[in-house]
Amino acid sequence: MSALSGLKRWETLLLVVLLAVVALNGIESKYYWGVGNFVNLFQLSIEKSIVALMMTFVIIGADIDLSVASVMGLAACVMAWTFQQGAPLPLAILLALGSGVLAGLNNAFWIAYVGLPSLAVTLAGLIGYRGVARILVEDRAIGGFPEWFNTLGQQALIGPLTLSIVIFVLLFGFFAILLHASAFGRLVYVVGSNIQAARYSGVRVGLVKTAMFVGSAAVAALAGILYAARLGSVRGDTADGFELDIITTVLLGGVSIFGGKGNLVGVGLSLLLILNLRNGMGLADITGNTQNYVIGGLLILSVLIPNLYQEIQNRWKGRKQ
Amino acid sequence: MNWVRRHIRPEQIRELSLFMLIIVAVLVFGSLIDGYYSFRTFNRIASSVAIITVVAVGQTLVVLTRNIDLSVGSIAGFTAYFVGTLIANHNGINPVLAVVISIALGAAMGVVNGVIVAWGRVPAVVVTLGTLAIYRGVLVDLSGAKTVTTDSLPQWLVDLPRLNVVPIGDLDIRALFVIALVIVVIFQFGTSYLSFARRFYAVGSNPEAAQLIGLPMKRIVFVAFVACGALAGLAGFMILARFGNITVEAGRGLELSVVAAVVVGGVNVFGGSGRVTGAMLGAIMIGILEQSLFRLGISEFWRDALLGLLILLAVASDAVILQRLNQLWARTELKRLETPASTSNEPERSRS
Repeated sequence: MSALSGLKRWETLLLVVLLAVVALNGIESKYYWGVGNFVNLFQLSIEKSIVALMMTFVIIGADIDLSVASVMGLAACVMAWTFQQGAPLPLAILLALGSGVLAGLNNAFWIAYVGLPSLAVTLAGLIGYRGVARILVEDRAIGGFPEWFNTLGQQALIGPLTLSIVIFVLLFGFFAILLHASAFGRLVYVVGSNIQAARYSGVRVGLVKTAMFVGSAAVAALAGILYAARLGSVRGDTADGFELDIITTVLLGGVSIFGGKGNLVGVGLSLLLILNLRNGMGLADITGNTQNYVIGGLLILSVLIPNLYQEIQNRWKGRKQ
Repeated sequence: MNWVRRHIRPEQIRELSLFMLIIVAVLVFGSLIDGYYSFRTFNRIASSVAIITVVAVGQTLVVLTRNIDLSVGSIAGFTAYFVGTLIANHNGINPVLAVVISIALGAAMGVVNGVIVAWGRVPAVVVTLGTLAIYRGVLVDLSGAKTVTTDSLPQWLVDLPRLNVVPIGDLDIRALFVIALVIVVIFQFGTSYLSFARRFYAVGSNPEAAQLIGLPMKRIVFVAFVACGALAGLAGFMILARFGNITVEAGRGLELSVVAAVVVGGVNVFGGSGRVTGAMLGAIMIGILEQSLFRLGISEFWRDALLGLLILLAVASDAVILQRLNQLWARTELKRLETPASTSNEPERSRS
């Protein structure tokens, strides 16, 4: 019961902070209230938002995937390289998605079937997949994609919304149902809260973990392709360091790093909060670098505050007894 | 076979096989690169290895306690830049004082990590991923995009990396390499014989047991992070000495090489086992890879892919093969204990 009310309290807190940030942004800049700025606000880190959705599953399952940013870069580079070799772009995109699935299968094999810690495996992935991307692209920048590809990445598709935003909204709905209203979603929670109990109850833990990691990498690959479409060119360091924002978003959304707790509503709120924070700081002429370490601070606080809160609550209870 | 089992531990077999791998790597690169077997190659690899080794020793302590410190690259960069600026502005500063300031600055950043991990109960990955961004971000903001240049530094610092401590014929053993060796020796002996340092192993190999026998868990984890920060600070000073020109990008990505070195060197990611000398061997392996691939020119881009593969293989072989070996050894030990006659003259061995 206390866990549930604690969760509710966390989301209420997020909502209050979010409203405060929105209000501040509104007062700070007259450019804030405009459809253009709102679309822009989403569009500027839409790829990270997409990856954060699947990362939520991984962290609820008590694992972590540090390799997502490198998989984004890998997919973008695979696409650009095969396109440059003369393959038609749709084929290149398929191959890029395939490379993401392969990376995910590789992570899943070592984690789910050999039993290595996901931290070590995906750290190796973070270095290794980025390495493969660098081998393909070296120090060039590959661009010159067909017009339709860049248009899809940059121009609005439905009303003011771009393709990436449409995909994000669809995925958010799909993942919300998958996590909160499907058998698979329940299994992710079970595996995350007590893996031993899950094993003894006959849950096929290996399969659940495989689905988590392959899903995470596949979504990251998709996001990498969307990112390439938005930028119009691909380099070896495409999406470098994005894991910081992605993991921060998920943890700030109230998903427990120890697994088993959290939901997509919280992650959605934390997405909005981070986007608005970055947007507000941008409008207030605060540089991207300062924004980065504000995000770093948020990452630590999002785990530290609930811990301290619990500590205080425990002490208080102890005194009452 | 029994003799082997009684006198060599699985960890030593692992270090031995890594040593063989290093020799194979040197032979392979030697056949691919003209003039590879030269003192110049040795010196270049040695300076690179020295910096990775010093940070890897600190990282070993942290990993032993089942934690990880991803912020070491930022700590080293921060220290290199700030001590560099300090020395550039006050050329007369005492060299010893400069080193002390570097270590203290690094330790201070380690204190922040340690407090949040130990007393805030926030997982080390989360904390150090955050401070990785924070330390680097603060550095970029405070620096105002200026750089430290070699000609603003005093002569002793510029000469330090080329300072030849032990000349053996044409072979130079340079200052930075000696610093790294001294650190390795101190910490190898410390972690083997000091009771406080043995606690790192206790905390990492069985936290519940360590808690039950009353070890101050939080303080031990805290000390590991502070030591790691201090050594990263020292490495920052070494980076300053080696390169002279320091931008705000100094040390970026160092944490990846360091974690790779530690894991390849046989320090178990589940905590509780691994040795400082192993981490040094790991650093040598990584240093050889980095510098030799650089010499091969085009294959420079292969570095990260190989590094990732190496980490994966190291972790996997530890989990699968070393576990088997340990079971085999434990069985021999058990047999030995069942026949009391042979145990009487065996000295007590500490397990690591």
